[in-house]
Amino acid sequence: MSYLYTRRRLVNMVSLSVSVFTMLFGLFWLGWILWTLLDNGLPGLSLHVFTQSTPPPGSNGGLINAIVGSLMMVAIGVLIGTPIGILAGTYLAEFGQRGWLAPLTRFINDILLSAPSIVIGIFVYAVYVAKVGHFAGWGGSFALAILVIPVVLRTTENMLRLVPNSLREAAAALGAPQWKVISFVTLRAARAGILTGILLAVARISGETAPLLFTALNNQFWSSDMNKPLSNLPVVIFQFAMSPYEDWQNLAWAGALIITLSVLTLNILARVLFRQKANTQ
Amino acid sequence: MPTFLQEARLKRQVVQDMLFRNLTRLAAFAVLALLAAIIASLVVGSMPAIHAFGFGFLTSSVWDPVKDEYGALVPIVGTLVTSGIALLIAIPVSFGIAIFLTELSPNWLRRPLGIAVELLAGIPSIIYGMWGLFVFAPLFGDYVEPWINNHIGKMPLIGPFFSGPPMGIGMLTAGIILAIMVIPFIASVMRDVFDVVPAMLKESAYGLGSTTWEVMWNVVLPYTRIGVVGGIMLGLGRALGETMAVTFVIGNANQLNKSLFMPGNSIASALANEFNEAVGTLYTSSLIELGLILFFITFVVLSLARLLLLKMAQREGHGA
Repeated sequence: MSYLYTRRRLVNMVSLSVSVFTMLFGLFWLGWILWTLLDNGLPGLSLHVFTQSTPPPGSNGGLINAIVGSLMMVAIGVLIGTPIGILAGTYLAEFGQRGWLAPLTRFINDILLSAPSIVIGIFVYAVYVAKVGHFAGWGGSFALAILVIPVVLRTTENMLRLVPNSLREAAAALGAPQWKVISFVTLRAARAGILTGILLAVARISGETAPLLFTALNNQFWSSDMNKPLSNLPVVIFQFAMSPYEDWQNLAWAGALIITLSVLTLNILARVLFRQKANTQ
Repeated sequence: MPTFLQEARLKRQVVQDMLFRNLTRLAAFAVLALLAAIIASLVVGSMPAIHAFGFGFLTSSVWDPVKDEYGALVPIVGTLVTSGIALLIAIPVSFGIAIFLTELSPNWLRRPLGIAVELLAGIPSIIYGMWGLFVFAPLFGDYVEPWINNHIGKMPLIGPFFSGPPMGIGMLTAGIILAIMVIPFIASVMRDVFDVVPAMLKESAYGLGSTTWEVMWNVVLPYTRIGVVGGIMLGLGRALGETMAVTFVIGNANQLNKSLFMPGNSIASALANEFNEAVGTLYTSSLIELGLILFFITFVVLSLARLLLLKMAQREGHGA
């Protein structure tokens, strides 16, 4: 008997230590990657990075064209994707109780949420870039917008479902038509949660590289023309990191640090925002 | 207000409501149309390759832009092998992390640790790629691979898979980096489904004298089995389609090797490397067909994942 007890206790102890170890294992990679970024990225992070355009190999330069290009494409992508996502999410939460459209859309949306982003790039290449005949910033924005929709749709639906029904009933009892109930009462009540979703979507697309390779491509020079190939941080990082020139690689590290810090800040911001909202309820 | 004005107002409201409802319905429909358009454009784009190679495309390992002959076997195998390695590592680690977060962690640590795991998921994949190429691969090639060569490489049966020149980059490295990337996805799904296990069930087991491990292994895991498998499939879906991280470290060589140390290729990294340089209809079309295959595989995997998670949620709803 006591042998059995000892064995069970031993198995328990070993497996729980392994569990603690796996947690440390996970944190270890996070720490290592962040440390690498700071270690390699900070030395390269000078004022030049924010004032000059990407240089030819062997000369000084910065990333300003890539930063601006990325910001433009992300902003336009979010502007296109968010309204569609919010409207579709509203349909699923408010009108989707009956019929086949809502469950099917929910299912398909969940698949789009984790669909390989490189395939989205090929899709935009086929329907836009190949048709207009040249790479363009618009293409990049379209690809990013396709990635925004599922994230915003999902959070909008979830947040609207959290709004208590009594709120809708109260507004309806006052004689408000349904579109007013939804846009002025329920959507407003779910505002913070939806904003969280948008922030998460921005964080997700800011680092996306694969869908931009075949759409916006890259531009060595300063340009803010959405109809031409547009420089952007992820693709610059990819090309510079893969290059044999040391100064290019250093710029790639600086860019990697900028992009990671902004993405992680957005992630934390989104969570803090959502938590505050949860506390007030 | 006169009645006819009220009636006019009511009518206007009915029209407005209908417009609003149909606007949202249109948006929902747009999501479906988007998926249909993606599939249609991939199928149309890959038609020339499908006509030229038929089913042989799936089993041929030739990839020769000079002779204009293409086969998808190497990238398909590379994608499956790297994702397989990733799951082998990620499943036990994620299970451990989920146990720690649900059962062992003190309350005040639970939230920060949860956020840390989610931050790991938030790091862009290109960062994993850079870190993998410049930091991880050299160390792995200098210290770990020679050790594996000397110890596991000599074993019968599995030896050939683990021996070869220690270059640092290759299928094994790609698999390990994919594992780090999918751990947060699988771990957070596991944590979420572990959280829905009724406390009564666990307390009953504890009350009978079970240890924490026995509760997890014999009560919580069987109860959440469907959800756990769903989470694993979700991670697999991520790993299959991952592009940038793999492109940096897999070596991009179109060859089949027994050894996991050797460079290979995956569908996504073949696309990332070659799509812009592809000239000629057949070359581009073959690459698009690769994309179609990738989309098909991930579609099936992700559908399964969602169905399983849906089933789990339904069971929870019925209070079973």
